[in-house]
Amino acid sequence: MKRIIVCLKQAVDVSQLKVDPATRQLVTASAPKKMSDFDKNALEEAVRIKEKVGGVEVFTLTVTSEDAKTVLREALAIGADKAYVVSDESFKDADTLGTARVLAEAIRKIGEFDLVLCGESSLDSFSGLVGARLGELLGLPQVTSVRKMSVEGDFVTAERTLEDSIETVRAKMPALVTVTREINQPRIPSLMMIMKASKKEIVSWTAADLGIDKEKAGSKIEVLEVLAPKTERKKIRITGENAAEIADKLAKALIQEGVVKR
Amino acid sequence: MDERKKVLVFSENHDLVLEMLGKGREIADKLGAELAAVYVGCKVQEKAKEVVKCGADKVYLVDDPAFEHFQAEAVLGVLHDLATSHKPEIMLIGSTKNGKPLAARLATRLDVGCVPDCARLSVDDQGRLVGERITYGGNAVAKVTFRTKPQIATVAQRAFDKAEPKDRDGQIVKLDVKAESAKIEVLERKPIETSNVKIEESEVVISCGRGLEKKEDKALLEELAAVLCGQVGCSRPLSEDRKWFGEWVGLSGHKVKPKLYVACGISGVIQHVAGIRDAKIIVAINKDEQAPIFEIADYGVVGNLYEILPLLKEALKKQLG
Repeated sequence: MKRIIVCLKQAVDVSQLKVDPATRQLVTASAPKKMSDFDKNALEEAVRIKEKVGGVEVFTLTVTSEDAKTVLREALAIGADKAYVVSDESFKDADTLGTARVLAEAIRKIGEFDLVLCGESSLDSFSGLVGARLGELLGLPQVTSVRKMSVEGDFVTAERTLEDSIETVRAKMPALVTVTREINQPRIPSLMMIMKASKKEIVSWTAADLGIDKEKAGSKIEVLEVLAPKTERKKIRITGENAAEIADKLAKALIQEGVVKR
Repeated sequence: MDERKKVLVFSENHDLVLEMLGKGREIADKLGAELAAVYVGCKVQEKAKEVVKCGADKVYLVDDPAFEHFQAEAVLGVLHDLATSHKPEIMLIGSTKNGKPLAARLATRLDVGCVPDCARLSVDDQGRLVGERITYGGNAVAKVTFRTKPQIATVAQRAFDKAEPKDRDGQIVKLDVKAESAKIEVLERKPIETSNVKIEESEVVISCGRGLEKKEDKALLEELAAVLCGQVGCSRPLSEDRKWFGEWVGLSGHKVKPKLYVACGISGVIQHVAGIRDAKIIVAINKDEQAPIFEIADYGVVGNLYEILPLLKEALKKQLG
């Protein structure tokens, strides 16, 4: 085993996202960005494999329409050996197919690899399609929703979390694996690791470098609106002299709502 | 070739097939289209008949011992063949852990768009499918439509009611499909141990968050749940960090839609809220008056769950008689 490529998205930090209450629009433009959580798990797993197997390079690959330097530096600090970034303003409107296509072209340009690791979903759009689309474009065996994995020789063995079962599977590498957040707890890079990372290489490409036809790469879907959901809750505060009175009032309200029965 | 427009549905999960048939029928009727289902399994003749009764005009049936378990490559092949030969307007695929990558790969092979995890579906004036999905960690709902056909959407579990069986006829078309030598070898399948009733199907869910101090205190919730024939759930930190529970309720865990959801000591981060949005009534019990959970609750109690829960249990027992 020689090389693992980890796909990393710079995502909107959804926990810090603000909503304009008047229009229900999200204020995404000024929202802070970070490495998508699931992708960070994928990176951590790649670094752990590297530490265990030895002689393995970990490359990260990011497709973005914005500056992603901070995220790339963080990835290098966590333990990636080299970070690749493909930036183009047109990627702003890319759908999951468009993104997967750019990733596929970049991976072809990088050359040989044994594993492609992706997060199962992204933190912000949460589509969970890019990994599977990328696997299909590259014609790779793909193992999705992985909560545990190991590599031995030419094979990757992985545990998949399904709705009602855990499936243990084996695939011959090169292969693509998407991971869940259960798989590990990503490390927090030390100052030393951050310093070391500043000497590592970041390779920047544009759409043109990859020969991507922007016309053809247009989105196949059309987003009509993205709005904060309406909350139509009663918001009734139950108060009383003491806890017993509150509990009584609450019980009565629930019975009147018809949501409890014996 | 039959020139009628087609809507095709597929899931390896039978319940989800029935859920998609109800909505699928409605969409097909609006488009004047035929509703067809692809059904793959072993000894599933009876189930295929049920699929017809629940609204399908046609069932493409693969009934073969080789397909006892889901086989991604083979199902992908079947759906791809049907998509290229019949050119359906719409393909609805059940949004499961296997179904979603299947839809993604199919859409990639066909070079078309895909909208995942639709919790609502409609057809606009131009006959385009419009899907609604939760995005940005529960902060927003996106309405998305398609620029390409077939329009491939994956359908969230339990988003739609199951279609009721009716006395109606349909055609069952048997397909001979060879189980391709899969690229992935399955070594083992282990069922996840769950209680008899799944939390998603429970009418009452009593959930706790960081406000619960010790694992043993789960009993407080269990006792209340027992009185209401409900299930106990938790927020993500209790499952992932403290490992006191199996799966959590939330955007990345179980999405529930009970009649009653009681959130005890749960602050109400947006990801948790996204998993309980469809609950009929939400009750919040929290010491912190400022907790965001109160903003999305129907009934809020500022108080200590250790004090309120036992009293609430007694009050309900008494008042319910």
